[in-house]
Amino acid sequence: MTTTTTRPPIADVPPPARTQKGPRGADRGNGRFSPARTARYALLLFFLVVILIPVYVLIVTSFKGSGDAAATRAWNLPTSWTLENWRTAWTALSPAILRTVTLVVPSSIISAMLGSMNGFVLARWRFVGADIVFTLILFGMFIPYQAVMIPLLQLMLGAGVPSGVPSLILLHVIYGIPITTLIFRNYYMSVPEELIEAARIDGAGMLRAYWSVVLPISIPSFVVVLIWQFTSAWNDFLFAVFFSSSQNGPVTLALNNLANGAMLQNYGQSMAGALLASFPTLLVYILLGRYFIGGLMSGSVKG
Amino acid sequence: MLRKARQWGPPLLLITPSLILIAVFVYGLIAVNAWTSATDMHTAAQSTGVTPSRFVWFENYGQLLGSDSFQHSLKNLLLYTVVFLAGAMFFGFLWAWLLDRPVRFEGVFRSVYLFPMAVSFVASGVVWRWLLNSNQGEQASGLNRLFQMAGLGFMQNNWWNNVDTGIAAIAIPAIWQLSGYIMALFLAGFRGIPDELREAAKIDGASEWQMYRLVLFPQLSPVALSAVIIIGHMSLKVFDLIMSISKPANYQTKVPAIDMFTLKSSYNYADSAAVGAILLLIVLVLIVPYLISVARAGKR
Repeated sequence: MTTTTTRPPIADVPPPARTQKGPRGADRGNGRFSPARTARYALLLFFLVVILIPVYVLIVTSFKGSGDAAATRAWNLPTSWTLENWRTAWTALSPAILRTVTLVVPSSIISAMLGSMNGFVLARWRFVGADIVFTLILFGMFIPYQAVMIPLLQLMLGAGVPSGVPSLILLHVIYGIPITTLIFRNYYMSVPEELIEAARIDGAGMLRAYWSVVLPISIPSFVVVLIWQFTSAWNDFLFAVFFSSSQNGPVTLALNNLANGAMLQNYGQSMAGALLASFPTLLVYILLGRYFIGGLMSGSVKG
Repeated sequence: MLRKARQWGPPLLLITPSLILIAVFVYGLIAVNAWTSATDMHTAAQSTGVTPSRFVWFENYGQLLGSDSFQHSLKNLLLYTVVFLAGAMFFGFLWAWLLDRPVRFEGVFRSVYLFPMAVSFVASGVVWRWLLNSNQGEQASGLNRLFQMAGLGFMQNNWWNNVDTGIAAIAIPAIWQLSGYIMALFLAGFRGIPDELREAAKIDGASEWQMYRLVLFPQLSPVALSAVIIIGHMSLKVFDLIMSISKPANYQTKVPAIDMFTLKSSYNYADSAAVGAILLLIVLVLIVPYLISVARAGKR
């Protein structure tokens, strides 16, 4: 299973499709009016607007007060802008946001370390059946977690792992192993053999070579993996529903309770809450977009 | 002997913890789940081990697959998958195609098209429930109101509250979230095609359409296959969106993953495990041939 750039789920890291702006075929009629070009831009803009409609709704509704409740004003700007919804949402969600941070940070770091170790061994230690072991690990990424959920509940209960943050850290680490292993393995396959061999001739054992030569050059992969794990753990809802409660659960659970808990829905509050809950992952996406895409490209069949 | 230990020791040390975890938490639990699904663990007392349960072989599967309720879930899952897959592939390919040629502000378009992927299904569910509000006429809000305002009042409908096709409405937010991802895959695919291929086709006098049909599409088919696998696989596990837009108790939008949750909540562990196993089987049919083909391609 070597990597090729043209087959995305198992592609290289970091992403290929970022700044390739090279001229592809001459841009006919450079700057001049051409119907095809205009149509293309019109379509691109149209889709841009359509995709941003939900964002408009989220932002506008989150600033609306009770005076804007009428259905006829659904798409209008607020008559008077208020921060009331944001305050309520923050009070309701802030403890959960804090808990999510305390669970996402350790679980991302631990699963990145495990993935790096596995990836290194599987890429560099070509024992008989290495590919089979790799495929068996990879398979863990594709299973629907529903197929392990009942015994998993019993196991965690039996082992006495506390519900909430501890359970979720453990689960995100374990079920993160396949994807992190995949990303690191593909990266280490691309590291020149000589680099590691040189270290070993210098007398370093495999562990030393890993620690002092391989780890330092793995930074790009670490960024990709950490972002990937951060995003998927932050956005996780399935494990949260089964292994935590509104008292000890992450922000997705708290948001769902805020939005669906009351009989009468207060859309202003829940939309402010949705924005609050999405803020960290959006920030990561905006600041580190290219690495985010790198994660997507390297086999993100997890969700 | 010592030499062997030095050779095998360190790599084993690095990889063993993960191998044990995967063996237990993936393969071990799948086996236990299969066992549970073949018992009569239907009550809280049995599920918590207070009263014993019997082994009933495939009885639960027979009853589930024979029940109207579960058939409805499977039918919903199929409809959802078809709509989601068709939508995401269509828009993903279209956007990649539009962006493949030199476009000003390409980065902006690409970032906006892709950003919904960074948002959780729960958060997007909040706004999509508002958009997919089933009220019409005077009371309409959300998309129905927008249709009225645009003079497209006839397009109003009750979205996910339709018993037969409501699940298709849940696929709309899913398409919104993942088309950008498919676009990124196709865009990488387009750019992975060597320019020489296009040049050669041009020199041979190929028309634009022939170029696509004979040169570009064949080159893109592995990407398309990956995209189908990714979306199909995500679609089979749909849970968050339904929990957030609809409710688990809503018959019109239920799918197997929702059934699994409701059955577990009522301590019907046997049927819940059986639903999980059925989902796994469906995924296996999709994934195993793919994994094998990837492994084969890699060996070449």
